Amino acid sequence: MSIEIEGISKNFGAFAALSNVDLKVPSGELVALLGPSGSGKTTLLRIIAGLESPDSGRVLFNGEEATQRQVQERQVGFVFQHYALFRHMTVFDNIAFGLTVKPKKSRPSREEIRDKVHTLLKLIQLEQLADRYPGQLSGGQRQRVALARALAVEPQVLLLDEPFGALDAKVRLELRRWLRRLHDEIHVTSVFVTHDQEEALEVADRIVVMNQGRIEQQGTPSEVYDHPATPFVFDFLGNVNLFQGRVHEGTAQMGGMRLSSPEHATANDVPAVAYIRSHDIAIDRVPIDASSISAEVGYLLSVGPLVRIDLVLAGGETIEVNLPREEADRLKLSVGEKVFARPRKMRVFVDDYQI
Amino acid sequence: MHVAKHNNQVKTGESVSEPAWVRCLLITIALGFLALFLLLPLAAVFVQALDKGWEAYLAALHEPDTLSAIWLTLLTATFCVPINLFFGVVAAWAIAKFSFPGKSLLITLIDLPFSVSPVVSGLIYVLIFGLQGWLGPWLQDHDIKIIFAVPGIVLATIFVTFPFVARELIPLMESQGRDEEEAALTLGASGLQTFFRVTFPNIKWGILYGVILCNARAMGEFGAVSVVSGHVRGSTNTIPLQVEILYNEYSYAAAFAVASLLALLALVTLVIKTVAEWKIQQTLSVTESER
Repeated sequence: MSIEIEGISKNFGAFAALSNVDLKVPSGELVALLGPSGSGKTTLLRIIAGLESPDSGRVLFNGEEATQRQVQERQVGFVFQHYALFRHMTVFDNIAFGLTVKPKKSRPSREEIRDKVHTLLKLIQLEQLADRYPGQLSGGQRQRVALARALAVEPQVLLLDEPFGALDAKVRLELRRWLRRLHDEIHVTSVFVTHDQEEALEVADRIVVMNQGRIEQQGTPSEVYDHPATPFVFDFLGNVNLFQGRVHEGTAQMGGMRLSSPEHATANDVPAVAYIRSHDIAIDRVPIDASSISAEVGYLLSVGPLVRIDLVLAGGETIEVNLPREEADRLKLSVGEKVFARPRKMRVFVDDYQI
Repeated sequence: MHVAKHNNQVKTGESVSEPAWVRCLLITIALGFLALFLLLPLAAVFVQALDKGWEAYLAALHEPDTLSAIWLTLLTATFCVPINLFFGVVAAWAIAKFSFPGKSLLITLIDLPFSVSPVVSGLIYVLIFGLQGWLGPWLQDHDIKIIFAVPGIVLATIFVTFPFVARELIPLMESQGRDEEEAALTLGASGLQTFFRVTFPNIKWGILYGVILCNARAMGEFGAVSVVSGHVRGSTNTIPLQVEILYNEYSYAAAFAVASLLALLALVTLVIKTVAEWKIQQTLSVTESER
């Protein structure tokens, strides 16, 4: 089922949680709503579910008006950050709940319910835990039960609110890969909320980056990551260094660097900010071109596949550089050495944006 | 992790612990105080009640006036407890699960009966329904008796016992949040199904706790009932009022015999309360571990 959001706004008192948001989620896609806390992503998800009603705007399911539909009629599966399992029911009863509350006419028979629950238990690989209570399960197991419970009613849309937020790092990684595989199997239109860019990049078909109640950018993970539309998106996805300076007719002057910035060919000496990811900076022993800038190695951390280097520039600012281990080993850097930093890739935004 | 934490607690407990004699002294003082002010009077009630033997005790309870007082007390509780249960659950539900303007005012109002003297609570009803009161003349014209009759006693008792159920449920329901109810709604459950299958099982021990406290107070209330009852023997006397009358008439054994009923009620209440508290702690600790 496709979801369309048209001009949704929602205020909580004086706080604007969402202002005039438009969004289309095509049928069968897995979409991530990504943003910092307070960006309105959870509110948007709850409005889609019908747990919150918008102040203005419309929600359409499959092109049909659904704004006024009750939660119960929307056929959405909702997975909560803190699982929200029914604590006094066993795993089996939790998963069966949505089927047992159906009106008598459409309620499956006892045997059908049992079969269905066991199929789902197999899907989440927890068959042997059917008689346990939620309190006896680990966080990862609880979240899988919550997912099975949501899937039991065969929802048209699956909505997940920071589903892995309360889990520890390793379980989170496992579970999100599992969610991706699950989605590839059942293809139910899914929207999940996260503040973890890595999670969104790994799991989603499409990412919607939100900030202060608005959508900053939407696109495939690589579109959003490689071509950030706004400084906010650039800053939110990955480590980034900021350089203040000015742009004039396609050339940006940032500190001691001269960078070509063809997208601002018509700019006439305006203030600008250059955004450079920490892995898009090369370190050389000698200056290569006009974009090279002298610096001193301030700090070195070589743990894992990437080596983290803090460079102190002439003006005293510090920039962060991530080099692949091989390259760092070749350079044989040590703290206090003079080197040259050179941005390989960057993006210049003229100063009408503020983060 | 749990074991480690536990060990840790034991260790710190020992290292900061007071010397043995201080602990003994503190425990003796606490227990002695309890014995002197709580256990001794309780024992005295039963000793005095049985002063003239079992037969006199039973005879005192079989007095028609006493039987009528017991009956009236039970009747009052039968009306009060369900009514306060209903309103208590509704109020707690509204306060804990929704936000609306005037919420803090409502919380304050629920506490009002706790902060007002019971005598004043009784007087309020005399002022409203009594002969000189606002509705008095109208009620008299229609031959409806409220003050100095059973309805007045029930009303005053409802007022005094109103906070018990709500007060018990509000913190419990607030600590449990709305997640489970919302989950039930998204799974297609109706409002009633959500209440009976999700909310109620989580608060049933809290409800029991509130109900028994409410019941104990409803049966034992003296001040407010005293003002509205009119003390008509065999007709508008509840157990506490009957005890007072018997005592004032120097029939001590009978007074204590009737009082022993209330004391027994208190003991039963305590037992149920302890069980309920323990069960609530269990449900709450599940909530904690789920966070």
